[in-house]
This record gives sequence, structure tokens and C-alpha cells, in this order.
Amino acid sequence: MTPSLWQGAHRLDVDALLDDPTTRIIVCCGSGGVGKTTTAAAVGVRAAERGRRAVVLTIDPARRLAQSLGLSQLDNTPAAIPGIDTSAGGSLDAMMLDMKRTFDEVVEAHAEPDRAAAILANPFYQALSTSFAGTQEYMAMEKLGQLDRQSQASGSWDLIVVDTPPSRSALDFLDAPKRLGSFLDGRLIRILAAPARAGGRAYVRVLTASLGVFSNVLTKIIGAQVLRDLQTFVASFDTLFGGFRERAERTYALLAAPGTAFLVVAAPEPDALREASYFVERLEQDRMPMAGLVLNRVAPVRLPELSAELAGAGAERLRDGDPGPDSAEALAASLLELHADRMRQATRQHHLADRFVAANPQVPVVAVPALAQDVHDLDGLRLVGAALAERRHAAGTPVPGRR
Amino acid sequence: MSSPTGRLFPGVRLHVVTGKGGTGKTTVAAALALALAAEGRRTLLMEVEGRQGISQLFDTPPLPYEERRVARGPGGGEVHALAVDPEAALLEYLEMFYNLRRAGSALSRLGAIDFATTIAPGVRDVLLTGKAVESVKRAEGGRARYDAVVMDAPPTGRIARFLNVNAEVAGIARMGPIHSQANSVMAVIHSPRTAVHLVTLLEEMPVQETLDGIGELDAADLPVGAIVVNADRPPVLTSAQQVDALAGTLDRAALAGAVAAADVVTPRHSAVASVVDALLDEARDHAERVALAEQERERLLQAERPVLALPHLASGIDLGALYELADALRSQGFGTPVHP
Repeated sequence: MTPSLWQGAHRLDVDALLDDPTTRIIVCCGSGGVGKTTTAAAVGVRAAERGRRAVVLTIDPARRLAQSLGLSQLDNTPAAIPGIDTSAGGSLDAMMLDMKRTFDEVVEAHAEPDRAAAILANPFYQALSTSFAGTQEYMAMEKLGQLDRQSQASGSWDLIVVDTPPSRSALDFLDAPKRLGSFLDGRLIRILAAPARAGGRAYVRVLTASLGVFSNVLTKIIGAQVLRDLQTFVASFDTLFGGFRERAERTYALLAAPGTAFLVVAAPEPDALREASYFVERLEQDRMPMAGLVLNRVAPVRLPELSAELAGAGAERLRDGDPGPDSAEALAASLLELHADRMRQATRQHHLADRFVAANPQVPVVAVPALAQDVHDLDGLRLVGAALAERRHAAGTPVPGRR
Repeated sequence: MSSPTGRLFPGVRLHVVTGKGGTGKTTVAAALALALAAEGRRTLLMEVEGRQGISQLFDTPPLPYEERRVARGPGGGEVHALAVDPEAALLEYLEMFYNLRRAGSALSRLGAIDFATTIAPGVRDVLLTGKAVESVKRAEGGRARYDAVVMDAPPTGRIARFLNVNAEVAGIARMGPIHSQANSVMAVIHSPRTAVHLVTLLEEMPVQETLDGIGELDAADLPVGAIVVNADRPPVLTSAQQVDALAGTLDRAALAGAVAAADVVTPRHSAVASVVDALLDEARDHAERVALAEQERERLLQAERPVLALPHLASGIDLGALYELADALRSQGFGTPVHP
């Protein structure tokens, strides 16, 4: 196999990133199913064992990080992960975002007890806090902001590793908070909220009149009771809106600040790499600090010099002799075919990675080989961490952890 | 679950396809739609997450909110595709049921449509599932417009909530038009005319999510269809070789002889020994994967649902590959049979 373009790309130096004390936040982003959660956990474990006092924030409702860390449950507040080698002076805490609880806490912290109770009981709030597309991203940002303030204040952590929600698009993490903000600030909300604000002014009367027409249409479609609930919700939530938007903006600014690094995670598949390209573009556009691309689960290849064609031809020669199924010849033929298949897959993956690098030559890349075993304990995470920090490109080199 | 002729899901008109991210849900949905479009049938393949995954798969320009033919079924037949946009679906719905197109665009300017489709809980899901049900029910010239509708649905973690719109909406709208719309949608989704298929890989986490998803669907009384194992790799070793590969006891000397006979050693990789080392490493790696995969397959079989398998295709997925996968499904009893 000829050396690929991507193997000549800048090498992402994960250890240098982790060892740099000015690195305070690492955000692992990418589309669903590419191994973000595992990557975030592996980065956390490696950072902790290299002396950082790290906390990992995971958002995934499937509780995969909990499995990865051998924990049965993660809480909405960080808890220490046992089994970490602390000899370098580091530590690892982890937590899982409870979206609704985080939202409830924000409401409770910013509204009078009576009003907070009314908000929490409203069906629209309940829907907003559990199923609005974007709430999870918004609350992830909120939690990141909280962790950051907490670590500044108490010095309990010097590195926050963030896993991002499993949205279909990696961009959702950046866009959803703004979308929620602009919704809460939208014209519809202002109209619905108008009667609740200080009345008597002329424009309110005009608005109320148009609201009458508007209400009729809405009543027809969604029913009167729904509209009442909605207005109650908007009225009681009104004063909180500004605060929400400001907080989202503050956290967004934190993401662009020095000390933050984005790790874009992708599998060597067309969809995942396309998403990664969009994300890289967006980070550049918003001047967000990107550390590089983690190309996850690359098919490991031993002996890349033995091409698929040659291996396939060799297998055919052996099969021509019609060997018995358990003979050495049949075994050699099967293994050569297996090798040929791996080479074809690797070639396809390299081709995809090459296209990414050709389009984004400035992006440092690290490839993590697919492991034969699922990762669900600290040792597995250490292997992934070691692969992330591997100084050579992984394809064509032995898979970590192999004898 | 299978008909007298051994075909799977004979009475099902709405096939909902879910799966964990990265398992190939869209690919499987497309292959199912193709398998169902064989022999002169017509299917509709819908996507609901605004991803344009279908157009990328079929190599067509991005789909508008309009049904378009994207492929021919094997042996004659048609696959149509639709990317459902919730806002457009709501405007269509307003026009269809309330004759409110002008009001619709006024509402749109106010942000009410955006509101209804993004925040008003359940409304979005009612619209998306409602569109699927409408496509199932649509008749043309005395017969159904589509023989089957395949929906590329949200991932496993969200599927039960997505389909169980009734519960979502009931909390908000206890009566009124949205409520009755939700009810008529639920009548189809909870009926034997619907089947929810779950796509997985033979890996621990996707399998766990699949089993959890089946549990949630069962609890919500939603009809679970098949489990589709995607990217399945048939074992290349005999069972004796598999055991030896796992234990590291394959006969190295005999293998070296066979490798020499295969004539694959070129000057670029100096020795038979290096080829044998690499092959033995790959053999063990393969054997470990196979062992894990079989363990996961066993867990899936315990769910007591039909399990279909689609082969891993080393060359990737393109239109040709979709036909290959559709044939694999047909030969396992899904859609019309493959005639020799």
C-alpha cells in the first residue's frame, strides 16, 4: 500500500496538549456513534495519570461513559473515579449531565420560590426541560460554565474534558444554545408575554388586539387549554429569559477563549468525516481553538506491503489445489483472504481520510486503531489513550496492547 | 410473524427503522425500501431528521419536501423518497385540515410555526409520524399509492418516545384537533400494520441499546419487528481453526509451508516469517472479534425476534451495494422472494 496523504498530515500531539498547563478545557465533538464518549473518557484517564486534576463531563443518556469507567451510575455532580494511578499527582472525577435537574436548578436559582414552583409544574416547562431539541446542548454548556466557575473558585480541577451530546450533527452543540436563546427572545414569545407585562401602554393594546386574532387561530389548532398553559408558562418564565441568553453567550465565549481545545472525533466513514469537515470549517469561522482530528476505529493493518491483489491471488493458488477445510493450505488461503479484505477496507478508509486532509491540510490528525475488544474498563481506556498519544501513525504499526 | 409462505411481516405497511448512531440505520432503511420495491411494487422511503442521508446514499441532489423517485426496485418497481420537513408538514397540515394556508404564512412570520415544530412538545413528532401514516393511507385509483412506507426514524434511544406521541401530546392537549390527530396516528402505529426494526452491529454497546430499545417499545406496546445485524462478517475460519487462533496454537510451521506455496512473498517483505507473523496476528484478531460477535448474536437471539443479517461490504456502500443488501434481505424472507 502506498503511503497515504493523511499519514503525511500534521501529527496531533495529544500528550503535549494534556501536559500543557494552560489547556483547561477539552471538548470532544463529532457526529453520533463515532466514539466521542470513549475518547473523552480516555483523554480524562490519560490526563489524570499524567498529573492533571481532571473532570470529565459526559452527556450521553445511554450511560456509556459509566460503563466505560466501570461505574453503574454517574451523578449530576462529579464523583471520583477509583482505580486511577495518582502517582503523578493527578486525579479523575466524572459526572453525567442530568439535563432536567440542571435546568430545574437554574430556574430555582433565578426565580422566587413561588414562581419557580409554578414554572416547574407547567407542562410546557416540563416539555422544554426534557424534550426540546437543543435543551441538552444548552444544559451541557450551562454545566460546563458551572464546572469552570467551580474549578476557578475552589481549584478542585485544572482540566475539564467535555463529551458532547449525541446529536445527529456535530454543529448542534454550538448552534442549539443560540437557537434556544433566539426562540426565547423571539417575537412570538414577546407577543404571548405581552399581557403579562405592565399593561396600559398603547402598544400593548395593539398587541393584545392582534393577539386576539392570533389566539383564535391558535385555539383552533392547538386548543384553548394548551394556549392557556402556554401563556402561563411564558408569563412566569419571562424574567428569566434574558439571563438564559446571557449565560449561553458567556459559555460560548469560554469555548473561544485560550485554554480551550476542540478534539473533533470521526470514524473513517463518509458521513462522519463529512460532519467533521463541517465542524472544522465552523470552528475556523468562529475562531474557536481546534486541536485536531481524532480518526477513530481505523482498521489496523499488519504487513501493508502485502497488497490485497497479491494476497488474493495467493489464496486463489492455494484453493486451486482443493485443500481439505482444516489443512494448512486452506488456513493460509483463508488468512490471505482475510488480509486482502482488511487491505481493501484500509484502502477505502485511507482514501476517505486523504480527502479530509486534502480539504483541511492545516488540521493535525491522530488515528486510533479499532480494538478487537470493546472498551469498558480503565485498562481499555488506557489503551485508547496510548493510541491517541502514539508518536507514529497507527496504520501499518502494531496495534497497541497486542503481544 | 411470518406468512404461510414464510415471508416476514406480510401485513406490515409501515416499516420504522431505528438503530444506534453509527450502525448504518439509513443504509438499512434504504435496503429495506429496495427489497420491498421488488417485482413491480412501489415504496416510499422517508427521512425525518433533516440530514439528507437518503440523497447522499442514492447519489441524487438534496431532496425537497416532495416525493421523488430515487431508484428502481429489483425486477421492476420504484423507490420514492421524501425528506420530511416539519415546518412544511405543518403548513400542509393547516391547509389540508383548516384551509389555513394564508394564516399559515402569517404564523410562519411570527415564528409560530417554528415554535410549534421545535418546542410545542409532541407536535413535531405528531407531524412526522402523521406524514408517514398519511402516506400509508393514501389511495390512488382505487389502490394504495405505496405498497409500503419505510421510515428512517430517530435513533434507538429516542424511538419509543418518538412513536408514542400520544402520551407526549396527551399531557399538553387533552382534547382538540391535535389530540384527535394524535389518536388517529397512534391507531396505525400501534396496529399490526406497523413494525419497528432495530439496526445493530454485533458489538456490546449497540446490542445493549437494541435490547433496551426493545424493552421500551414493548413497554409502550409498540410493535417490534426484526433485529437487523448490519456489517456482519461471516467467520472465515473453521471451528477448529477458530479455537486454535484464539489459543494461539495454530501450526506455524505448516502455515509457513503453505504461505511459501502461495507465492505471495516478494522482495519487498523479505521473508515468509514476516508474512506468517502478520497473518497469525490477524487470525487472532479475527478470532477474537468472531467470538465476541457470536456472544452478542446469542444475546440478540434471546430477544426472540426475527434476526436478519446484512454482510459487511469491504468496498463501502454505494447504489450497487444497496441492491446487494436488498437481495440479502429478500433471501432471508423480507419483501418479495428472489427468483432464481
